[in-house]
Amino acid sequence: MHFHNLLNQWDWDEVSQQIKAQTHAQVIDALNQNRPSLNHLMALLSPAAQPLLENLARKSYHLTRQRFGKVIHLYIPIYLSSYCENNCVYCGFKVSNSMKRKCLNKQELLDEGLAVARTPFKHVLLVSGEAGKKVGCDYYLEAIEMFTPYFSQISLEVQPLQSYEYEKLVHKGLHGVFIYQETYHQKHYPLYHPRGPKSDFAFRLETPERLGKAGVRKIGLGTLIGLEDWRTEAFFTALHLSYLRKKFWKTNYSVSFPRLRPIDGPGFQPRFTTQERDLTQLICAYRLFDPDLELSLSTRESANFRDNAFPLGITAMSAGSKTNPGAYAQQDSLQQFSINDERSPEQIAQMIQSKGFEPIWKDWSLFLQQNNSDNALKPTQSI
Amino acid sequence: MQTLTIADRTFQSRLFTGTGKFASNAIMAEAIKASASELVTVALKRVDLQNQHDDLLEHLHSPGLHLLPNTSGVRTAREAIFAAHLAREALNTNWLKLEIHPDPRYLLPDPIETLEATYQLAREGFVVLPYVHADPVLCKRLEDAGAAAVMPLGAPIGSNRGLRTHDFLRIIIEQSQVPVIIDAGLGSPSHAAQALEMGADAVLVNTAIAIARDPVQMALAFKTGVEAGRMAFEAGMASPSNQAQASSPLTAFLD
Repeated sequence: MHFHNLLNQWDWDEVSQQIKAQTHAQVIDALNQNRPSLNHLMALLSPAAQPLLENLARKSYHLTRQRFGKVIHLYIPIYLSSYCENNCVYCGFKVSNSMKRKCLNKQELLDEGLAVARTPFKHVLLVSGEAGKKVGCDYYLEAIEMFTPYFSQISLEVQPLQSYEYEKLVHKGLHGVFIYQETYHQKHYPLYHPRGPKSDFAFRLETPERLGKAGVRKIGLGTLIGLEDWRTEAFFTALHLSYLRKKFWKTNYSVSFPRLRPIDGPGFQPRFTTQERDLTQLICAYRLFDPDLELSLSTRESANFRDNAFPLGITAMSAGSKTNPGAYAQQDSLQQFSINDERSPEQIAQMIQSKGFEPIWKDWSLFLQQNNSDNALKPTQSI
Repeated sequence: MQTLTIADRTFQSRLFTGTGKFASNAIMAEAIKASASELVTVALKRVDLQNQHDDLLEHLHSPGLHLLPNTSGVRTAREAIFAAHLAREALNTNWLKLEIHPDPRYLLPDPIETLEATYQLAREGFVVLPYVHADPVLCKRLEDAGAAAVMPLGAPIGSNRGLRTHDFLRIIIEQSQVPVIIDAGLGSPSHAAQALEMGADAVLVNTAIAIARDPVQMALAFKTGVEAGRMAFEAGMASPSNQAQASSPLTAFLD
C-alpha cells in the first residue's frame, strides 16, 4: 500500500477536531510515555499542551541530549537556479513573478562551490526551483560530481524526480533529499499550487517512497507552516514518517519547520499565523514522539529564537544562508525569500559554543557510502 | 590488577572511551585524560582524514592513548572494508572498531555483514573489534573469523540502560577465547563495575560520560567503577545465596 492510500483513510477535519478536543489529562499521559503513539502525539500537539510547554521542553531537551549529545550540526544551502515552472502562491520564484532568473552555468557552479568550500562547511544542501528541462537530473549529477571533492555530505532540495534518477544521483554521491509536501490538506493543495508540475499532489506525496527505493540515505519531510492548521499538518507529517520508518528502515529521517510569516504590503499572507510558542511546542512534540528524528531549523527564524530554541530539540541548523543563485561567489540575483538570521557561520558557531554546545561541520564521509557508488568516492579535499 | 592484552597491545586500563556527543573537544580531551583510558574510538565520519590539523584528532594526541577508528555510518561489509583501508592509511593504525548498523534509528549491528567484514579484514591483518548483539553463537563465529576481541552490547547505543543483555553476556564471557568488551548502553559507573565483576575484560563508555553535567568527574567515576569491578572479579566474589549459612553445619558430624 502506498502512503496515499493510507492518507485517504483519514479525514482532515476529524483529525483537527480530535486534536482540539485533547484534555490536560491526555497530555500528562502522553508526557509519561517512553514511545508516544500517534494518538499521544495528538495530545502533545494540542492546545491543551500549551500550559505544559515547560514540561514538554524539559523532556525534549533531555531526550535530545541523550540521543544526539551536546552538539549541533551545521549546513549551508547553495541555490543553483531561480527558474521555475510552478506558480505556488507563496513563493518568490513563482513563474508569474516577472524577475530576472538565474541558473548557474558550469563555471558559476564551480565558483560557487569553491566559495563555500573556503568556509568551514562540509555539509551542503543544493536548492533549485522546478524547471525540469533546464535544471533536471543531468544538471544535478553534474553539480554533485563537481562538488564531491570539496564536501563530505551533499543533499538536494529540488523538484521531485523519478526513482531511477535518484539512483543515479546516489551513485554520484547524493546523501539526502528534502522534499516538503507543503500541505497534507489534499483539498486545499491545488489552491496553493495552481499551475505547473507541482500541482500534482500525488506525485509529490509519493516522492519519499521513490527516495527510499533508490537508497537515498536521508529523507527530509515537512510542511510550509502557515498554509493550514499547523497541528493537523504535524500529525499528518508524523503519519507519513511512521509509514516510511517501517517501510524504509535503513533510511534516516529529518523534519524541518519552514514558517510563513505575515508580510507588510502586497504578497501572500499566511491563512494561519503561528507564534514562536507554537513552533516551540511543535519542535518538542516531534522530539517526544520520535527521539531519533533529526530536526532542522533554518535562517528563516530570527537569531533570538534560534539561539534559545535549538537546545530544546534541534539537531541541525543552516547558517550564513543566501537564497539567490551565485550569492556566495557574489553575483546579483533575486532572493527566494528573506532570511531573518544574517549572522556569519563563525558568529553562529561562537553562539553555539557559548551555549555549551559543539558546532559540528562534518559528520559524514562520502567514502562511507561505497555500496551505492560505482567509483570510489575519495575523502574531501581541503582547499 | 592484571593487565589486559588484545592482539599485540597491553592495557593497564580496562575502560575504553568514545569521542562523540561532548560539548567541546577540549572537554572531551579532559574527560578522556581523567578516565585514564588508553584506547579511544573515533568515528571516521567525524574526522577529516585529509586535514593534518583536524581539531578532533589534535585533541587526541596524548602519550599512551591509542586511536580505535570506527566505521559508524556504513551499512554493508563492502563499505566497512573500504573505510577500514582508508583509516589504516590515514591514521596509521590497523586497529578497527567494526560497526555496521544499517538501522540509523537504534543503531543495531548487522550480524551477517559484520561476520563477513571481520573475516576479510582479519585476513588482511587488521585487528578487528566487532560491535555486535549479545549473541553467543555470533561471538564464537567472530572468534573463528579472526576477531581480536568481541564487543557485545549491554543495551542499545546511548540508552544508558545498563546490562539488559546480562544472561547472554554471561554465556559469551564463559565461552570466549578472545577478550570480551561490553560496549553500548552502560549508563552509570555501577553498570561498568557490574560488567567487570561478571568477568568482562573491559567496557567502552561514551554517552554516559559525554552528556554528564560534569564529564570529567563522570569519567573519573567510571574509571573507579571499572577498577572496583575488576578488583572484585580478581579477588573472587562470593556467590549470592538465598539461604542462611548455618554456623553449626548439619553435616559436621562427618568431619
